[in-house]
Amino acid sequence: MSDTIKDAHRRRLLKASAVLGAGIATPSLLFSRGAWAADHPALGTWPAGTEGDTVYIGASVPRTGAYAVQGEDELKGMQLAVEHINEGNALIKHIAPKVKKGVLGKQVKLVVADSGAKPNEAVQAQQRFINENKIIAMTGSTSSAVAVALNKFAERQKVLYLVAISGSNDTTGKDCARYSFRQCFYGQTAAAAIGPVLIKTFGKNKKAAFMTPDYTYGHTVTKSVNDYLSEHAGWQMVTNQVSPLGTSDFSSYLTNIANSGAEFIINVNWGRDAVLSIQQAKQFGLTPKMKMVIPYQIPFLAKEVGPELTEGVYAATDFWWTLEDKYPLAKMFVQEFDKKYGYKPEWGANNAYMQFAIWARMVEEAGSFYPPDVIKTYEKGETFESTVGKVHFRAADHQLVRPVIIVRGKKPSDMRNKEDYWEVTEVVPGGPLMQKPDEFGCKLGDYT
Amino acid sequence: MITWSNFVSQLFNGLALGALLALISSGLTIIYGTLGVLNLAHGAMFMLGGYAGYLAYDRTGSFVLAVIAGALFLLVVGIVMERVIIRYFYRRPPEDQLLVTFGLSICFVEIVRFFFSSLSKTVPPPKIFAGITNLGFMFYPTYRLAVVGVVALALIALFLILYKTRLGLIVRAGIEDSVMVDSLGINVDRVFMLVFGIGAMAAGFAGVVNAPVVSLAPDMGEAILVQTFVVVVIGGVGSFPGAVLGGLIAGEIISITSMINPGYAYVMLFAAMTLVLMVRPHGLLGVKGRE
Repeated sequence: MSDTIKDAHRRRLLKASAVLGAGIATPSLLFSRGAWAADHPALGTWPAGTEGDTVYIGASVPRTGAYAVQGEDELKGMQLAVEHINEGNALIKHIAPKVKKGVLGKQVKLVVADSGAKPNEAVQAQQRFINENKIIAMTGSTSSAVAVALNKFAERQKVLYLVAISGSNDTTGKDCARYSFRQCFYGQTAAAAIGPVLIKTFGKNKKAAFMTPDYTYGHTVTKSVNDYLSEHAGWQMVTNQVSPLGTSDFSSYLTNIANSGAEFIINVNWGRDAVLSIQQAKQFGLTPKMKMVIPYQIPFLAKEVGPELTEGVYAATDFWWTLEDKYPLAKMFVQEFDKKYGYKPEWGANNAYMQFAIWARMVEEAGSFYPPDVIKTYEKGETFESTVGKVHFRAADHQLVRPVIIVRGKKPSDMRNKEDYWEVTEVVPGGPLMQKPDEFGCKLGDYT
Repeated sequence: MITWSNFVSQLFNGLALGALLALISSGLTIIYGTLGVLNLAHGAMFMLGGYAGYLAYDRTGSFVLAVIAGALFLLVVGIVMERVIIRYFYRRPPEDQLLVTFGLSICFVEIVRFFFSSLSKTVPPPKIFAGITNLGFMFYPTYRLAVVGVVALALIALFLILYKTRLGLIVRAGIEDSVMVDSLGINVDRVFMLVFGIGAMAAGFAGVVNAPVVSLAPDMGEAILVQTFVVVVIGGVGSFPGAVLGGLIAGEIISITSMINPGYAYVMLFAAMTLVLMVRPHGLLGVKGRE
C-alpha cells in the first residue's frame, strides 16, 4: 500500500517538477532572444535587431545623380540626429523628452548606401542592411519614386520606414503604408499654401506653363497646383513640359514654353534638373519676363543658380533657417548644424533630423522597439514640439500635420549675409491645407 | 503645341542640340573606329574637360584659355590613359575593355566629386556671346548660336585631319587592316596613341564648350554617354560623318517630339535607334563588316 502511495506521490512530484521546469525554462529561453520577446512572436528584424547594445538604421540616400547635392545634405541631418540621440543632446530632449543616451538605453548607428535616387538600388541596399545589420528602421529618399518603393518594402519586411524627402501625394496617399511615416510637406499642402499667395500677389486668370519631372512626385505636384489655381482663380495651364529625371538640356522644352504665351513658369523640376532648367530659362530670355514659381523648394537652389535668378521667385518649403527668429527649436537646430558643418541647414537636413528625433520620441514613449507598439504610439496623434512649432501625426495616413513655409527670393542687395537667400513671407498652418485622409486613396496595411 | 512658329523654333533648336551631340559623339566614334575600344569613360572625359576649363576660367577669367586648357588637358589624359592602361587591352576581349573604361570613368567622377563636391559649377559664356539674339521666329541664347558655329569649325578640323593628312590616311588604313599597315613599316602603335589622344581631346573640347550651356556636375557625363551611344549607333559605329549625321538626327527627334508630347522625346530617340538597328544594323553611314 505504502508503495502505491509513494508511487502516486512520486508521479505527482515528477509532473509538478516537469511543469515547473518547463515554466522556468521557457522564459529564460525567450529572454535570451530579447528582453520583450515574451509578449510577441518575432516580427521583421525584431527582436533580433535589438539584442545587442546598438541598434542600426539603414539610410539609402542619393550621393550620385541629379539629387546628389540634396542627398548629401539629408545625410548630414541624419548624422547630426544620431549624434544628438546618442549623447542625449538638449535639442533632442525637447522633441523626445525621455531620451537619455541612446534610445531605450541602446546606441544608434547609421549604415549608409548610395541609392542614386533609383528605387531598385534603394530597395537592394535596405535588403542588405536587413540581412547584415538587422536594421530596426530604414530611411532615405529624395525622390518619391524611392519613397513609394520603400513604403511597400517596409510593409512587406515589417521594418519601420522614416520617409526622407518626398513630395508626392501618393506617399501618404494611394501608396501609403502602415510602416511608413512622413514628416515633410507634399504636393497638396504645397499647392494649398502657395496658391493663395500667388492669387493675392498676381491676380486671377493667368496663363501658366508647367515643367514636370516624369514620375509620381512631378505628376501629383503639378496636378495639385494646377487644380488649385484653376479652381480658385481661373488660371490656365497653357502647356505642361514633362521631362525625364536627370535631363540636362531643357532647350526643346523651353522653346515650347517660349511659344506658349505663358506668363508664369511653374517649375516642379527638382535637384539638378531644377538648377539647369532655371539657368536655361534665363539663357533663353524667358525669365524674368515670365515669372518663375517653385511649388516644392529645392535645397541649395539659390546657392547653385545664384540669387540673381531666385530674386522675386515664390517657393513653398518645409524649413528655412531664418525661422530661428520665430521658433526656439529652429534656432537650436540651426546653431548645432552650423557648428558641425559650417553652413546653414537646408530643409532636407531639417526633415531628416526631425524624422530621427520623432522616431526616438515614439520608441521611448512606447517603451519598446516592437514595431506595432511604436506605430501605435505614432498613431496616438499626440502633439509635440518641433523646429516649426507644435505638430502631430494624423493616424489615418501617417502624415505629420505641420505648417508650410512660403518664401520669396531676396534681391542680392537685400541679403544680410551670403546665405540669406530667402525671405519667409508666410507660415501657413498645416491642418487646413490637407485633404481628407482617404481622398488620395490611402489604405494602411496590417500591423503584423 | 503644334504651331508653325513653334515648329520652326524646334527645328532650329534641334540643329543646335544636334551639333553639340555630334561633337561629343565624334570623339567616341573615332576611338572606336580606329582602336576597336568602346570607351565607356568618354562621358567622364567630357566632364573632366569641363572641370579643367572651369579651373582655368576661375584662375584666368579667359574663356579662350579655358577652352584651350580643357582640350589640352584631355589630350594629355588621353595619351597617358592609352600608354598606361588601354594599350594592354587591344587584344583582350571587348568585355575587358568595357570594364576597364567603365572603372576609369567611376574613378574620374569620384575624384572630381572629392575635390569639387556635387554642387554644380558654372562657366559663363564669353562676353561677346552673352545675351539673347532675336532670330525673327524666336529668341535664342547667343552663346548657343555661337556653339553651332564653333562645333562646325571643330568638325571641319577633325574632318581635315582624318581625310586630308598622312596621319588621317594611316588612321583610316589602320581601321581597315592594322596588320597590313604595321607590316608596311608604319608604327601603328604610335598612331593609336595619337588617335586616343585626339578622341579624348574632342571630348574635352566639347566639355568646355558645353559648360556655359549646362552647368557642370561630376556625373554629368553619364547621361551624355548614353546619348552619344545612341548617336553613334544611328550614324554608324566608327564613322565620323555618321556621328555628325546621327547627332543632327537625334537633336531633331528630341526637339520635334517634344513639340508634340515632351514626355515621349527620349522614347522616340530610342525607338529611332531600334529602327536603325533593325533596318541597317551597321548604322546609316557605317560600313558593313567593320565592327
